[in-house]
Amino acid sequence: MATIEQLTDVQATIGFSVNGSVASITASPLARLSRTLREELGLTGTKVGCDAGDCGACTVLLDGEPVCACLMATAQAQGCEVTTVEGLAQRGPLYEKLQKSFLIHGAAQCGACTPGMLVAATALLERNQQPTETEVMDALGGVLCRCTGYRKIIAAVLEVNDRVWGQNTPEVGHAVGDRLVRLDGQPKVNGTEIYGADEAPAGALAVRAIRCPFHRARFQFGDLEAYIAQHAGVAAILTAKDVPGENRYGVISKFADQPVFAVEEARFRGEAVAAVVGKGEAVEKLDLQNFPVSWKELPPLTSIDNALAPGAPLVHLDRKENVLVRGRVVRDDVEKALAEAAVTAEAEYETGFVEHACIEPEAGFARRVGDMVEVQACTQSPYMDRSDIAQILGIQPEAVRIIPTAVGGGFGTKLDLSVQPFVALAAWRLGQPVRMVYSRTESMISTTKRHPARMRLKAGANRDGKIVALDFHADFNTGAYSSWGPTVAARVPVHASGPYYVPHYRALTRAIHTHLVPAGAFRGFGVPQTAIAQEQLYDELADRLGMDRLEFRLLNALDDNTPTVTGQVLGEGVGIRACFEALRPRWLAARQETAAFNNNATGPLRRGVGVAGMWYGCGNTSLPNPSTMRVGLKPDGRIALHQGAIDIGQGSATVVTQICADALGCPIDRFDLVSGDTSITPDCGKTSASRQTFVSGKAAFLAGKALRREILRRAGACDCAKISFQNGQLEIQDGDRQHKITLSQLPTEHHGYVLTAEATFDPPTKPLDEDGQGIPYAVFGFGAHLAEIEVDIELGTVKVLRITAAHDVGRAINPTLIEGQIEGGVAQGIGMALMEEFFPGKGENLHDYLIPSAGDIPPVESILIEDQSPIGPFGAKGIGEQAVIPTAPAILNALHDAIGVRVHKLPATPDRVRAAILQAGIAGAQRG
Amino acid sequence: MYLRPTTLDQAVDALEHHRAQVLAGGTDFYPALGERLPSTPVVDITAVAELKGISVHETFFRIGGLTTWSELLAAQLPPCFDALKSAAREIGGVQIQNRGTVAGNLCNASPAADSVPPLLALDAEVELVSIGGRRGVLLADFIVGSRKTLRRADELLTAVIVPRVVENARSVFLKLGARRYLVISIAMVAIVLAVDEQRRIRDIRIAVGSCSARAQRLRELEQFLTGRPAQARLDALVMPEHVKSLSPIDDVRATAAYRSDAALILVRRALQMCAS
Ligand SMILES: Cc1cc2nc3c(=O)[nH]c(=O)nc-3n(C[C@H](O)[C@H](O)[C@H](O)COP(=O)(O)OP(=O)(O)OC[C@H]3O[C@@H](n4cnc5c(N)ncnc54)[C@H](O)[C@@H]3O)c2cc1C
Ligand code: FES
Ligand code: FES
Repeated sequence: MATIEQLTDVQATIGFSVNGSVASITASPLARLSRTLREELGLTGTKVGCDAGDCGACTVLLDGEPVCACLMATAQAQGCEVTTVEGLAQRGPLYEKLQKSFLIHGAAQCGACTPGMLVAATALLERNQQPTETEVMDALGGVLCRCTGYRKIIAAVLEVNDRVWGQNTPEVGHAVGDRLVRLDGQPKVNGTEIYGADEAPAGALAVRAIRCPFHRARFQFGDLEAYIAQHAGVAAILTAKDVPGENRYGVISKFADQPVFAVEEARFRGEAVAAVVGKGEAVEKLDLQNFPVSWKELPPLTSIDNALAPGAPLVHLDRKENVLVRGRVVRDDVEKALAEAAVTAEAEYETGFVEHACIEPEAGFARRVGDMVEVQACTQSPYMDRSDIAQILGIQPEAVRIIPTAVGGGFGTKLDLSVQPFVALAAWRLGQPVRMVYSRTESMISTTKRHPARMRLKAGANRDGKIVALDFHADFNTGAYSSWGPTVAARVPVHASGPYYVPHYRALTRAIHTHLVPAGAFRGFGVPQTAIAQEQLYDELADRLGMDRLEFRLLNALDDNTPTVTGQVLGEGVGIRACFEALRPRWLAARQETAAFNNNATGPLRRGVGVAGMWYGCGNTSLPNPSTMRVGLKPDGRIALHQGAIDIGQGSATVVTQICADALGCPIDRFDLVSGDTSITPDCGKTSASRQTFVSGKAAFLAGKALRREILRRAGACDCAKISFQNGQLEIQDGDRQHKITLSQLPTEHHGYVLTAEATFDPPTKPLDEDGQGIPYAVFGFGAHLAEIEVDIELGTVKVLRITAAHDVGRAINPTLIEGQIEGGVAQGIGMALMEEFFPGKGENLHDYLIPSAGDIPPVESILIEDQSPIGPFGAKGIGEQAVIPTAPAILNALHDAIGVRVHKLPATPDRVRAAILQAGIAGAQRG
Repeated sequence: MYLRPTTLDQAVDALEHHRAQVLAGGTDFYPALGERLPSTPVVDITAVAELKGISVHETFFRIGGLTTWSELLAAQLPPCFDALKSAAREIGGVQIQNRGTVAGNLCNASPAADSVPPLLALDAEVELVSIGGRRGVLLADFIVGSRKTLRRADELLTAVIVPRVVENARSVFLKLGARRYLVISIAMVAIVLAVDEQRRIRDIRIAVGSCSARAQRLRELEQFLTGRPAQARLDALVMPEHVKSLSPIDDVRATAAYRSDAALILVRRALQMCAS
């Protein structure tokens, strides 16, 4: 019984081999192996995304077989051989090829799933050198990825042996347009990347939040002092009383309304009311069910209808009728135009909460350094975090330093604060470093979601096929706090027309408060929901006119000279026609193939093809939105780029550097990237609104040009001169004249650079008037998707067979990264159309909340259109949010094409599709 | 307290003396814990060699309780096990199949446990061992409701016994979920179908999961089909009243009405696959 005796203690000595060396550790035998690897052995390459087997981020090899380390007791590894991502290289030369293949294919975006993917792929390839696509999918099916849409990962595994991967460095002046491997890629494929949960000062305390279990409740604390006294290791309990500054924050200061800790009444399930701080293990062990707080549940408002009902209680006393804000864009007399239109169509659509499901849950730590506080956490918006934390602590923004870590997926949710106020407040008050890592459930119940929308719309067209009017009304469930509700309400009316000329237009929106989790920013700020309604309605118009659905869109597409619904004439760079035209060949072929398939169908399968268009303004809606870049020439001849555009996986660090390199005329491998740490790097704004390539990229372009000018001025050389960057010196070739600048002899300024240039870019916009007329965005991105699907009419299941995506990106700075955005957007679009809905209080985990898995994404063909924007850097426009918008409506249009039904409440889950089929009485699909 | 016995005797002894929870592959155990730490003693049975392996006996197959889904997939088994193997292939992803065990799936007794319909269709019996001895219980009796079994706290599920009656029968498992991998069943169906020399249905077992608190055999339909020729369009004989005994619920995965509807379709399709 040796094993028993050895392991009966609370702490036991457990011996196993990790990455080739023997580890003998003392740990709780039942501690999850993932925890032991990360916390005891420092192997943070193994990620924890759920602690429940649902995401596969923690995949390790146990005696060569992939397992979830979060589902294993540490003691179960006794005598086994464990391999983590850090140890894969030791298993043989295969791994280096796999890493390179991942990099070249752009298979790692945020990188949070990458260790799990690499481990799972290694297990497959060690057994099977030449796997089929299905075998690769089967092997990777247990690991979720939210960024890539899986296709590039699958290709990276399939093609691992196809090429000898060399290093690629574009020639000087040709970085833009190159399929450059992401500059921050290496640490993502060897497990060394540092995310929010991967680092903390030794001895850091832990903090855990006490959260309201009801949608709405009053609460009262019991004896907090006694609780602290009874629990060894607990150092303090924090409540609203402990907030020295304002117990209030929010991404838009005018609407800031969210407390760090609720006072007396909690407004949503998951809202924090207190936090316990103490020694790591002591706090981890606490059963928070026993925390001294008593709840009195109050009747909650859980739907838009409840919130708007006369006499409904107010979520915020100063917001009448529970309306946070209204949005409005009106152009001409829409009612009259609709009355006179030759054909009209109307519809109502409803969508639910959608969860971002970043593979990395929110995490970070803070420490107090004298009168300053430093917060290291995953974030999309360091400078906004800085001002909110300063306000909460009642100190100056300069006294707060935000150190952004790598972000394991953001998609908008990491624009808002999560762990930061808790760790900052605790560190500030206790003077000790404090760390917090959200569990998956905590992340799901407390962080922002996509707004549920209820949309009612009516459109009309003339016999000649021209759209004459659209009347659009939408209510968005913005939850308990404002977050980005005002942005959604403002952006949607500008976009609800789609990328078409609509002369008579009315779009009215409201953001409505309820007692549910706050809805915030999620890839597209309400526009994806809007497109679901509008693009389906336009299909109906086309059908009523007897027109081809693609040709109808082409006929109505905006061009350089037609005004948008806000009266803006875009001039150059309106690539929507080109997008539709690029889809035409596949559209015609797919329609034929589909018709042939359906004509011969004897079984339950039917096919359909659908198309949808999209436009999306880059940057804030009629609001200032600057980015500042600093570029410095170091005495050794290398270039430092202070690049504050947070890379959440989309690739901004790489794209911005490519732009700067070509503006400066310097090889890209001479660049050293400086992080977005607010103490050393200027403000690049937030990573949202598809603005980083366009706005920060433009700032990088201007900074690069400015540095170039300064160098040439010093050399007295003309504009066309060629600069050669060498070690410690520059050589400038100006016609047949040559200048040398020896850098080590030049004085350095306080950043340590011999020359520095800084540039700011703020896209030119004009305020919108009462009717929403004006210039909301300087640049729009355009795109259109074509979806081919197969429906099982007996089961209501929908399989997406293929997506063809055409996007006008202005200029493709890095085609691989753009394809990555498109494929990832398509995956999220598929999720939104077919499976994703979050129900507060139900299924708050990745077991019940389903995002697409590796087997759910079809091949995606990306067609890049480059209709250059006159303003963007090298003509570039945004792509981040653009990519997600047209997928869902294209799929839903394909569903209608296949079987003639529309699902008005999304997602179109099998039960809803089947119900719609039964209701429509489709032949061959009857019950019984 | 944590115990990791290496023999079955030690394991049942430990269960006798402590009110302990059993830990096998941990794939249900850890998700159920959530953020809490275990509060009761735990007996980890993964080092008990006697619980592993699949063996063939004169009148039955014996699948050790600790057999993982991957081990089951790798085993050479006759066609009547095809349904069980398909179910194994659909349980979570590879990571889950490498750790999750047959006994864990049965003892956890989720209404959506994928192995239950195929094992019900094989007329499987579970073997339970305690310090007091061994007993066999039909799987159909063992699971009494959602997450409820007849297992006493001092018992281990040591093996699943499958009688060698329909060894060469065809068997099919169909699972319906809302995505391709890592998905809990909305509904699933297993059928084992044996024919006589005239290709008449000699023995048929049809089981449906995820559509009631515990998976069920459709006995009336089985009787109705027995003796009929196993031929094309067998599916057309299956009528909605044949799935009336199911009692599905509404949840985040699907509505109850949809589940009944889908169960009917899956039964028809599985039947057709077995018959053709
Ligand atoms: C991501 C994920 C996906 C999943 N997908 C599926 C799926 O598609 N289909 C499906 O059916 N299941 C699924 N599961 C559930 C789970 O993997 C299976 O039920 C598995 O077979 C459980 O086995 P285990 O050994 O891991 O059980 P454990 O977690 O170790 O134990 C489960 C329960 O059984 C008890 N127990 C275990 N062994 C014995 C024994 N020998 N004697 C007595 N009691 C015992 C334990 O005390 C515990 O209560 C999934 C789980 C995860 C995490
Ligand atoms: S952390 Fe283990 S599967 Fe998600
Ligand atoms: S790259 Fe896969 S989750 Fe981000």
